[in-house]
Amino acid sequence: MPVETPAPAGVEARGWGWRHASRRGWAVQDASFRIEPGERVLLLGASGAGKSTLLHGLAGVLGGADEGESHGELLVGGRPAASARGIAGLVLQDPDAQVVLARVGDDVAFGCENLGVPRELIWPRVRESLDAVGLDVPLDRQTKALSGGQKQRLALAGALAMRPGLLLLDEPTANLDPAGVGEVREAVERLLEHHPATLVVVEHRVEVWLPVVSRVIVLGEGGVVADGAPADVLGREGARLAAAGVWVPGIPPAVPGPPVDAPGAALLTGRRLAVARVKGRPVASGIDVDVRAGSVLAVTGPNGAGKSTLGLTLAGLLPPAAGELQATGALAAGAGPSPIRWTSRQLLTRIGTVFQDPEHQLLTQTVRDELEVGPRALGLEERATADRVDELLARLRLDHLAAANPFTLSGGEKRRLTVAAMLATRPRVLVLDEPTFGQDARTWAELVALLAGLRDGRDGDERAAIVAITHDLDVVRALHAEVLELAASQTDAEASA
Amino acid sequence: MTLLEARARTGAVARINPVAKLGASALIALPLVLTLDWVSASVALLLECLLFPFAGIGWREFWTRTWPVWVAAPLTGLTIALYGETSGTIYVDWFFVRVSEGSLELAVATFFRVLAIALPSVVLFVTVDPTDLADGLAQVLRLPARFVLGALAGLRMVGLFIDDWRALELARRARGVADRGRYRRFFGMAFALLVLSIRRGSKLATSMEARGFGAPVERTWARQSRFGGREWVLMAIGAAISAIAVAAAAFAGTWNFILGPG
Amino acid sequence: MHVSTSAPTTASAASHRLRWRVVDIVVASVIGVASGLIFLFWNIGYLGPQALLQPLLPGLQGLLDGPWLFAGVLGALIIRKPGAAIYTETLAAVVSALVGNQWGGFLTLEAGLVQGLGAELVFLAFLYRVWNLPVAMLAGAGAAFAGGINNLLLWYTGSGTSFTITYLISTVISGAVIAGLLPWVLTRGLARTGALDRFASGREARARV
Repeated sequence: MPVETPAPAGVEARGWGWRHASRRGWAVQDASFRIEPGERVLLLGASGAGKSTLLHGLAGVLGGADEGESHGELLVGGRPAASARGIAGLVLQDPDAQVVLARVGDDVAFGCENLGVPRELIWPRVRESLDAVGLDVPLDRQTKALSGGQKQRLALAGALAMRPGLLLLDEPTANLDPAGVGEVREAVERLLEHHPATLVVVEHRVEVWLPVVSRVIVLGEGGVVADGAPADVLGREGARLAAAGVWVPGIPPAVPGPPVDAPGAALLTGRRLAVARVKGRPVASGIDVDVRAGSVLAVTGPNGAGKSTLGLTLAGLLPPAAGELQATGALAAGAGPSPIRWTSRQLLTRIGTVFQDPEHQLLTQTVRDELEVGPRALGLEERATADRVDELLARLRLDHLAAANPFTLSGGEKRRLTVAAMLATRPRVLVLDEPTFGQDARTWAELVALLAGLRDGRDGDERAAIVAITHDLDVVRALHAEVLELAASQTDAEASA
Repeated sequence: MTLLEARARTGAVARINPVAKLGASALIALPLVLTLDWVSASVALLLECLLFPFAGIGWREFWTRTWPVWVAAPLTGLTIALYGETSGTIYVDWFFVRVSEGSLELAVATFFRVLAIALPSVVLFVTVDPTDLADGLAQVLRLPARFVLGALAGLRMVGLFIDDWRALELARRARGVADRGRYRRFFGMAFALLVLSIRRGSKLATSMEARGFGAPVERTWARQSRFGGREWVLMAIGAAISAIAVAAAAFAGTWNFILGPG
Repeated sequence: MHVSTSAPTTASAASHRLRWRVVDIVVASVIGVASGLIFLFWNIGYLGPQALLQPLLPGLQGLLDGPWLFAGVLGALIIRKPGAAIYTETLAAVVSALVGNQWGGFLTLEAGLVQGLGAELVFLAFLYRVWNLPVAMLAGAGAAFAGGINNLLLWYTGSGTSFTITYLISTVISGAVIAGLLPWVLTRGLARTGALDRFASGREARARV
């Protein structure tokens, strides 16, 4: 029997709590609230307050008794959430981890198949769902060819095809560029117009969802901390939320001051540079760029324009496809003018790189070891290494995590760790790929302050040259960066820059 | 089947149900496996070569896909020639190497047999789409849907592995450890790739569960997997090839049952 | 009716322990596919070492079999459910077969099934309760033995006694080490990264945070 619940479902929590089996503390404790069918709610709270856990609980995907324990009740549409699969549609943060099948139409139909919807009803629903989210691609398009924003809309369509009474969105726009964020927000608005459902959204960028929601619930230690109309809650709790990392409209995070001095000597110069990931297929060309000490260069542009590729080329990790990239004497210090020809060790003290996904850069079993990799590769002796590592641990607030496995850190902590690991060898040029991607306001402010400090030469260090690849215009403004904008590439846009 | 590419395949063979291709491969392989003699293997190989042009893949692709087979067949044959069962006149006897009339005969048979079994299955599978294969396995062979679809979802992650691997390589260069220790680095990267994939897989499992996967409800299928005339024809061709090959061997008196005496 | 903290009854606890969840299936698939890719490398890569080892002592190439056997044991050690070894090893074989190799699709699948079964029987013998190093090595050896017999029947049919014995012994050693010790070490390493938190194998190895 297909589950046909086109009517919006109400949600009720009575003192609900959940503890994951691998943790000592309770992820959510004593949450009590009631959401009427059709209401649209924004769920806020500090990182680690249990928002994701609550959403997973509502979707019924937290797992059974062997994965954790719960207390209290959580009801969706009057039935216990754990057994109400098919009533709630869940969209998660990572676009790549939600695509199940290789073709767009098949992926959207997946949910219907699981619920036992008869074949003749499936394909009309698929087309309807794709229309509702505004994803205008043929049904046999390959899902891996979609952009991040498109993949998130695909996930929405997949959830919608199940005719959910409750729509749960867990940071759906965190990993998207501004264009993608807009697409997803519009898609949700359209969707709700034609298929009314109860909506619960978790996001730290509040202003994206304010026009859509009519209620804000704040989750904290001991359950629900605040609950009411957005203006009221943000007015009362605004300051506290901002301190906890939420992007509260009207309370922007602290930004550092302008640069202390004018930009210094050029450290890297590129003339008529063309960059490519795959040999013979340049994604951007004709680029002239100067990377100067004491300044920040922001590389911006739409998806597929080649920003990341340019960054990696400047970092000496990819060879230029055409043109030339020279390191001046001040930077090269005897290693030759062409960064791509430098050995890995030579790169360490000259150009440091932080990748978009910190997990690609984790090499060891503990945080301390991770920071020691660079100094060890340089052959520094024990005492000097230990000093540097201790100083970095303190500066980036990682000391309490020194013995933890790097993969177990939270997103913000991993980001700080990769930045610290880069700084351990004191390179003069720093290349950062989307450093503030998906970060909450607190981490954002810390990173921006750190970068400003490096730019200005903190504590008598030499001024660094920073290249930041970013979509985040707030970062560009906060760091008073010079902007290099790349135009969209001529070839068919690829999914990632 | 290309795990990475996605060109839609045209042509008669491409559209045949993958389960039939699997069945045809099996029908060719099984009887040939039961005997080790050059007559059955070469007859089968000859018949297959006559049919390859109709398989719907071009010359170039044929060679790109089948080169491991062409390399391995002579090597396996060589192994048997040098170390196989001895019988008849002995030509070379040196430490462990013993080349004899019997071992040479077996070597030739092995060479043809590897080609006769492997080539058709490579050719048939080049045109298989993984989703169609999963549909076929679950709808026609009635394998448990949860496992078939779970496997399909896992298979899709292969493309992501390549991107991750490249990023992992670049990251190692940036961290100063790419100059020495190639093997150590390889294992480190493989481990990191495994961690990333398992985490991504866990997240994917949550998404799939949220879309009702694994629920006790009877599942329906959006795409129908048909097993009709064309499929039976392909299976019949496979059966015919091995039947003719075996008959030829029996007729020539060279049938050599692998589990039999000698 | 609400989800309470009281422990479920023993009967449902036992069946719960052995029933496959969706995350079990997907992660086992990921492991199978990743292992299949390694098989692909080794399908070509082993030819070199084989040419070297064989003249030394025919049958010694059994030492090179390990890399094709570890998928099943790794899958079983991580997932800890009945059938995990067979499923993972077979799926790895499927990947190897689909891309095309010199043994042909169908027989590669068959080899995968047999090898997986060899490991599975060992875990079954311990009633799926024991997952330590000795059992892992025994399972690797089991997979190797089953695969070895399969290879001897299908591919090395014309070989003599000394070859057969050398081959079996060397493949069992390879299995115990590369397909037994290595997966066990790997599982512990993976558990420490927190990647296996949804599995009993992960929770055991990590202290409560």
